[in-house]
Amino acid sequence: MTDQQGTDLNASPDRGGPAQPLVIARSLKRYFPIRKGLIGRRKGAVQAVDDVSFTVRKGETLGIVGESGCGKSTTARLLVGLTDIDSGDLIFDGDKLGATLTHKELWAGVQMVFQDSYASLNPRMTIEDTIAFGPKMRGVAPQQAHAAARDLLARVGLAPERFAARYPHELSGGQRQRVNIARALAMRPRLIILDEAVSALDKSVEAQVLNLLADLKAEFGLTYVFISHDLNVVRFISDRIMVMYLGEVVEIGPVESLWKKRAHPYTAALFAAMPSMDPDNRTEVPPLTGDPPNPINPPTGCRFHTRCRFAEEVCATMKPAARPVGGEAAHMAACHMLDPQSGHTMAGARGQEMADG
Amino acid sequence: MGENLVEISGLNVRFSGARVVHAVNDLELSLRAGEVLTILGESGSGKSVTLKALLRLLPEKRTSISGSMKVDGIDVTGLKGRALADYRGKTVSMIFQEPALALDPVYTIGDQIAEAVRCHTGASRAQAMDVALDMLKRVRIPSAEQRLRNYPHEMSGGMRQRAMIALALACQPRLLLADEPTTALDATVQIQVLLLLRELQKEYGMSIIFVTHDIGVAVEISDRIAVMYAGSIVEEGSAAEIIRDPRHPYTRGLLAANLHDAERGSRLEAIPGSPPPLATVPDHCSFAPRCPHVKPACLEALPPVFRPGPRRRVACVLGERPFATARPAPLHEPAQ
Repeated sequence: MTDQQGTDLNASPDRGGPAQPLVIARSLKRYFPIRKGLIGRRKGAVQAVDDVSFTVRKGETLGIVGESGCGKSTTARLLVGLTDIDSGDLIFDGDKLGATLTHKELWAGVQMVFQDSYASLNPRMTIEDTIAFGPKMRGVAPQQAHAAARDLLARVGLAPERFAARYPHELSGGQRQRVNIARALAMRPRLIILDEAVSALDKSVEAQVLNLLADLKAEFGLTYVFISHDLNVVRFISDRIMVMYLGEVVEIGPVESLWKKRAHPYTAALFAAMPSMDPDNRTEVPPLTGDPPNPINPPTGCRFHTRCRFAEEVCATMKPAARPVGGEAAHMAACHMLDPQSGHTMAGARGQEMADG
Repeated sequence: MGENLVEISGLNVRFSGARVVHAVNDLELSLRAGEVLTILGESGSGKSVTLKALLRLLPEKRTSISGSMKVDGIDVTGLKGRALADYRGKTVSMIFQEPALALDPVYTIGDQIAEAVRCHTGASRAQAMDVALDMLKRVRIPSAEQRLRNYPHEMSGGMRQRAMIALALACQPRLLLADEPTTALDATVQIQVLLLLRELQKEYGMSIIFVTHDIGVAVEISDRIAVMYAGSIVEEGSAAEIIRDPRHPYTRGLLAANLHDAERGSRLEAIPGSPPPLATVPDHCSFAPRCPHVKPACLEALPPVFRPGPRRRVACVLGERPFATARPAPLHEPAQ
């Protein structure tokens, strides 16, 4: 494909074959230190991402949901190498970052699209220059880079003859986000991280961009990590969903399975907080009270126990391990109620409920 | 005025400056006491401008407003000086999307609420503080006594929004204007604030005009929904009528874009294009360039307004009948 379009930038080759997950994140951890006083003594840390493990398969879309401060954006930044990993392994197509894979090689395979379409573009560059910039830095001849940029503009639905010479402020939000997507594609990535990429768009424009993302995924054989707070959007676009709470993964599973069985009480609450679309059947009781706790001093044991209506003593003292939901290995949740040995009084009944569907 | 608390007719708002924007065009809207109305629309549709016009918050030098706006029998367009100050806060009050920006960072929450109370009722400092404390309790802020002495930056987003609601309701206004007050909040906090507003609305018997772009939020909060596009209301009705029998193609597009029951992996029926720039007064249906059912008549004159039921209206040539029967046979007939 790259040869036909006349660019020199090749997508990094598929090395591990289709069975090798594109990304394996193993016990990723990122604490942001808080320093105080003149000499900047460490006074604690924001536990943004704490022991997060997951995989992203080739060609799938993994949706990440959670409230603000749950670490979903930090996880995204760890995947792109924008933030250093404190501990844990990031394995991209079989190569471990820091061992057989350099940051530069990682960046050849991963690109990111951010929420704020305006802040992420250089206001003093035309959009054609912006898109061609990355490939040129990689050593693609300027003529070829610009030709490819115009191709990509056409591909994302912006006629190059009308738009190529425009500056970001001359575009609408939806058009700018198309430019950001084209810029990410110009680097021939295999994985694109979309961090709330459609959240700032109007609903009617959002639908256009979601259609575009689906087309591009098929055409370029891409893999997406899609972060959003809008569960309807995540359900629509994702193959699997990962639910995060205060820096930890509480539940992960295929969309259909997760939509049917919300095994973790937090997942259930998050889904119940979606506005109902039925005027005769409006929400009467808020599923959760209060705001998420501070990630500087997260609660002990299960981090959700302070807001969970099923919380018991064991929840405050012991951290629950991820267990398969209803015997399905692809669907995991970390809740004591799924573990018959945990000592939680509802453990048996809940496990049965999940197994029965 | 009869039974209507709010009566807006023929409202036009035009901004002049480097370029002219016709933000609101011939807007008609009425609201009864104790009703909750949502104005649903996308950015640039003029929904926030309408709210600001009702509170006379638009910059006078660059705005020309025509038409009539009456709230509780008061002619809003003619208010000046003391009468305007009395009207704001006492008759009508407003909450905003960003409480962090709307609250004053250098005064405590208690001081800010007490100041509003003293301005409008002439209560003493101590009395006003008591009212402030009572308000914080009513909006369910935990440990209200301590929160009274907090500055806005010491509170979380959800808590600040509750504090702003307390401030807005401190003088028991007849009408509350809410400009996307839950958009910046997490879904779990958003639903708490919506339920709180619904409760307070019943308790005080006030009316609310709620502005949002989220159709789900509109369903949760409102009795009635008015859909706004390019500065005009294209469809209005009860929440149930709008959800179950949307007749304007734009309303239908918005409902589809909510993805509430979109099939996974299917193609979305997106509304193509983007809203018009509003540089001129619309002389034909503003939605026609994006409409899948456009007819020659749509581009020649403003659409007729059908009133298929009491307090229900649709500004579209297809608005007379429910959409399924009004729609021409193929879904995407070629645009003419």
